[in-house]
Amino acid sequence: MPQKAEVKACAAKLHAVFEQAGAQSVEMPVLMPAEVLLDLYGEDIRGRAYVTSDALRGEQMVRPDFTVPVVQMHMAEGAEPARYTYAGEVFRRQEDDDSRSNEYLQVGYEVFERDNPAESDAEVFALIQQALGDKSLRAATGDIGILAAAIQGLETTEARKRALTRHIWRPRRFRALLDRYAGRTPMPASRVALLAQDDPMAHGFADIGRRSQQEVAARIDILRAEAEAAPISALDVDLIDALLNVREALPFALEHIRDLAVDMPAIGPAVQRLRDRIDAMHRRGVDVETLEFEASYGRTSMEYYDGFVFGFYAPGRPDLPPVATGGRYDALTRVLGQGREIPAVGGVIRPDLLVELEAQS
Amino acid sequence: MTLKLGVPSKGRLMEKTFDWFGARGVTLSRTGSDREYAGVVDGVEGVELVLLSAGEIPRELSAGRIHLGVTGTDLVREKLGQWEQQVEELAPLGFGGADLIIAVPACWVDVETLDDLDAAAAAFRAQHGFRMRIATKYHRLVREFLRDNGVADYQLVDSQGATEGTVKNLTAEGVADITSTGDTLRANHLKILSDGLMLKSQATLFRSRTAPLTAADRTALDCLLTQLELDGKAD
Repeated sequence: MPQKAEVKACAAKLHAVFEQAGAQSVEMPVLMPAEVLLDLYGEDIRGRAYVTSDALRGEQMVRPDFTVPVVQMHMAEGAEPARYTYAGEVFRRQEDDDSRSNEYLQVGYEVFERDNPAESDAEVFALIQQALGDKSLRAATGDIGILAAAIQGLETTEARKRALTRHIWRPRRFRALLDRYAGRTPMPASRVALLAQDDPMAHGFADIGRRSQQEVAARIDILRAEAEAAPISALDVDLIDALLNVREALPFALEHIRDLAVDMPAIGPAVQRLRDRIDAMHRRGVDVETLEFEASYGRTSMEYYDGFVFGFYAPGRPDLPPVATGGRYDALTRVLGQGREIPAVGGVIRPDLLVELEAQS
Repeated sequence: MTLKLGVPSKGRLMEKTFDWFGARGVTLSRTGSDREYAGVVDGVEGVELVLLSAGEIPRELSAGRIHLGVTGTDLVREKLGQWEQQVEELAPLGFGGADLIIAVPACWVDVETLDDLDAAAAAFRAQHGFRMRIATKYHRLVREFLRDNGVADYQLVDSQGATEGTVKNLTAEGVADITSTGDTLRANHLKILSDGLMLKSQATLFRSRTAPLTAADRTALDCLLTQLELDGKAD
């Protein structure tokens, strides 16, 4: 466990680097209304964040990260473009691994800018990498936007595309749905039986609860349409699988994905953005030749990154969480912006881990 | 210091626990009036009976304030993170059996599996503007189960009793609760999802891994376990 004073000094240094890069320093409250986070993340957030309450304000969450309050602040009062930095504690509930800290410092850098998202992506990545110094950390990158575009390009119903997009961040459910839509797994027996009935709504059960019988009937219609829809072709599923399996150094990954784009024209713009990002990173001095790219990277994190994603890891320390993480979260600004939105990308560093690695070397 | 055995303080669970120990030559009984929560252990030396609410026994085991305790596996798994590191299961007692399940209104003829529940939850949220509510007191277990099974767009609402009534009262759309026969669920117009079984629970004798043992406690523990014909070496 590194000394708190050392960690704070490290945080102050990082914070200064981000201010130097042009970011405005902001302070965020520790407590936030639980409703906002619950609405965004659903019940999973309760497993990760501490909840407390009082009789006046109701349920409050102890901040599990800065991104949500920073986005809220920007959407309410921020001028464009904007760059923010912050340094402070975040709190994470740990129920299964007591070696993980439940409170630690985060120092972050967030960019809200409409023009040239590839440039902003590169700016955040290069700045974080520079701030991390000369530690030999392994960087991993990915791009959830490419997978999202591939789903949109599938030749199938809008309902299926919506369901697959909704489960990008739940790889197991995503796989199960894709296999079902491709006709690779049989329809559940209960559904076959339901659809075989002439009038499934003539069931005789008491109508109770908020979900109405119209909603039940509407879903049965959707299930019928789903049963009649043509399966997603084996070729399309193979292409998605090939895309999900891309994991190599950035230049090879780009080549590979460009080959896939020949059969998946829908991912063209996303691939172009990847190319622009690589160019922008190269111009900023990032060694893109050896940088890892993994198309599935970021899929098991909480669902708010929807484009470029990255993380920095300490080699030989699989026990440690990533030292820095970040990514693009355009959709989050849409959800929190109440009708407005702005492209946004950011990243955070954990100074406690940096100090720990320093002490080790 | 004596070896402390925690037993549910009320009802059928207490009586059946007394019977189980009695059948193995260890007599547990309450002292004083029916209302006094104190008890004695006959048939083995150096063991003290502590009567507690079944729901508090996991916490007491984890804190090391009792050495042994009888409670449901559902409560241990709900209340203790990394429960295997805090307590050891010595013996299932063969009663108090119940399944932790997810149930929805029987009139939801389109929902039979977790896959259906997930799709219905997405549509419900779009229609009603809030996440589908599932009433339960097993927040951790249910959350983990639904996460592992990729169900989204739901929320848990706390219900410490009469959970089956929440759907009719419009305070929840579904429930996650323990059931032994399913009769209460049926009477409340609910049905169990076909893949909604989270845990099969029963009353179980647990040993605390954290309670300090003196030499005398260790002897008492070994005697008790021998008498109960259980194999649970103190570590």
